[in-house]
Amino acid sequence: MTFRVLVCAKQVPDTEKIKIDPKTGSLQRHGAPVKMNPDDAHALEAALAIKDAVKDTTVSVLSMGPRQAEDMLFECLAMGADHAVLVSDKALAESDTYATSYVLTCALQKMGAFDLILCGSKAQDGETGQVGPEVAGRLGIPQVSFVDQMEVEPDGRHLLVRRPYRRGHEMVRVKMPCLLTVSGALNVPRFMSIPRIFEENPDLCVWDAVQAGVDPEKAGLQASPTRVIDSFAPEKGGAGVMIKGDSEQETAALLLAQLKKIHAI
Amino acid sequence: MDFQLNRRQQLVRKMVRAFADREVRPHAAEVDANHRFPVENVEKMAAYGMMGIPFPKTYGGAGGDYISYAVAIEELSRACATTGVICAAHTLCTWPIYTYGTEQQRRHYLPDLLAGRKLGAFALTEPNAGTDAARQQTKAVLDGDAWVLNGAKTFITNGGYADVFLVMAMTDKSKGNHGITSFLVEKGDPGFSIGKTDIKMGVCGSSMTDLVFHNCRIPKDRMLGELGKGFKVAMSTLDGGRIGIAAQAIGIAREAFDQTVSYLRSRKQFGRPLAKMEALQFEMAEMATQIEAAQLLIYKAADRKDKGLSHTKEASMAKLFASETAMHVTTKCVQFHGGYGYTKEFPIERMMRDAKVTEIYEGTSEVQKMVIAAAVL
Repeated sequence: MTFRVLVCAKQVPDTEKIKIDPKTGSLQRHGAPVKMNPDDAHALEAALAIKDAVKDTTVSVLSMGPRQAEDMLFECLAMGADHAVLVSDKALAESDTYATSYVLTCALQKMGAFDLILCGSKAQDGETGQVGPEVAGRLGIPQVSFVDQMEVEPDGRHLLVRRPYRRGHEMVRVKMPCLLTVSGALNVPRFMSIPRIFEENPDLCVWDAVQAGVDPEKAGLQASPTRVIDSFAPEKGGAGVMIKGDSEQETAALLLAQLKKIHAI
Repeated sequence: MDFQLNRRQQLVRKMVRAFADREVRPHAAEVDANHRFPVENVEKMAAYGMMGIPFPKTYGGAGGDYISYAVAIEELSRACATTGVICAAHTLCTWPIYTYGTEQQRRHYLPDLLAGRKLGAFALTEPNAGTDAARQQTKAVLDGDAWVLNGAKTFITNGGYADVFLVMAMTDKSKGNHGITSFLVEKGDPGFSIGKTDIKMGVCGSSMTDLVFHNCRIPKDRMLGELGKGFKVAMSTLDGGRIGIAAQAIGIAREAFDQTVSYLRSRKQFGRPLAKMEALQFEMAEMATQIEAAQLLIYKAADRKDKGLSHTKEASMAKLFASETAMHVTTKCVQFHGGYGYTKEFPIERMMRDAKVTEIYEGTSEVQKMVIAAAVL
């Protein structure tokens, strides 16, 4: 039993260190500190955990972005990934999630066949959570999103995964090949290993659009249907109030008083 | 000339910083308070390849360089100076085995030591041979196919937990420095025992002990390097070791400085943050400059070592300046924290205690000045 696992990873601005332009209110991306998207680190850890447990498993990492994202891929290799590919081409700039998922799908098909594709649930910069599911859609394979527990079933062909809901969780048995998007609750990512940092020939390729098998007409700004009208944080729901007295009678009395106070009864 | 760490060196900094913050820092105060040797830190460092950074992979090392090693010690020491010195003292045993060992000795000792399965220590200092290290009284006499050691060592870092000890002993007193030879002694060798453990002012979790040799018999092939060349082995080992201690010192200084920056920004007196007070601003500016200068001296010495250039003077300069900077910075940082800085509630007093020893071990500041003077006069 061996697995070929692919992890999609993205380099994002380091929100703890990035500065906000006081005039425009937008992130100052130019020259800003960057890091691996946190959820993607959990996806990589999940892949490496399978590699630890199942001999001959290979873990590949795929990213799309500026050349600077090579640094993040070196980190992935130092954590234990076997191969990394960066698709980097000016023609792909300003791609939205729809165009990005197209590029990633083309590139991963060039990289080979995979039993399992792991993505972070959301990127910390865009927070859309769309790219992973879109890749699964384009490949026509099953997907489960926001996974916070997973295990490989003994048959080596299915995964048993858990995804949370507001009031509980759902267990899903899914057949490979499949795609999962994982949340930060899944695991604790390992550190890089120092001997791997000093690996003499890290297996990192940089592909342009053509090498990735991408039709440039279908990527980049002109192929991105998304139009951002506005972005805002969702309104916070009202927080509940806990009422507790020393006895049940007292609690009931306090509740009654509170309801009267707000003229509910 | 390039003043930037290269990509791999930057990754080492990033990795060790994350490791130290998550695994080491949370226990640092407890390790200090209980004078507890943090065995678990050594195991974790070993798992990530930190116990053999500047050694080739052929012998189980990480394949890194001395700059990365210095960066790692610096980052570990920011979180816990005890953990930093455990790794630094270990390297005082591994480096000479790599440099002076026979192929057989390298193959025998290095894989376990560099993977951190075993811990190393370096034993030069004696009750009557401190700064005057050439006055070794521990003797080694060849008896058939064994060396027999008699004597005692003191202030040996990692003493209580090490498996392999590099021990200097006099093999021919009439030859002075040239009568000293170095040997590899293992825990459990007959006639070898660990003496008293010292209670220290700082780096409280590190193990500092006496070693006792009473008719200690070791096989003949445990001699490291040539007969009568032990002083050279020791001195060249300390050249590199001083880079490690300088890095430890500047790690302590940077941590104290950074914590003080946060404190000065948040603490208000007379209606404004302390950070707005010029008297403190000027002191902080001077300290920031000293820390930066010390780091440059450390990386320069490490770079020369990586390039195979002489670095005796540079390592001594780095160690002298970094350790005195650490003492100055931590003392000031306690002062700037006021009464809080003097309490155990804040970690800053620990850093001041930890900083002091960096001016003492692996050659006092006075020894560094002797070394530098010898190079320039």
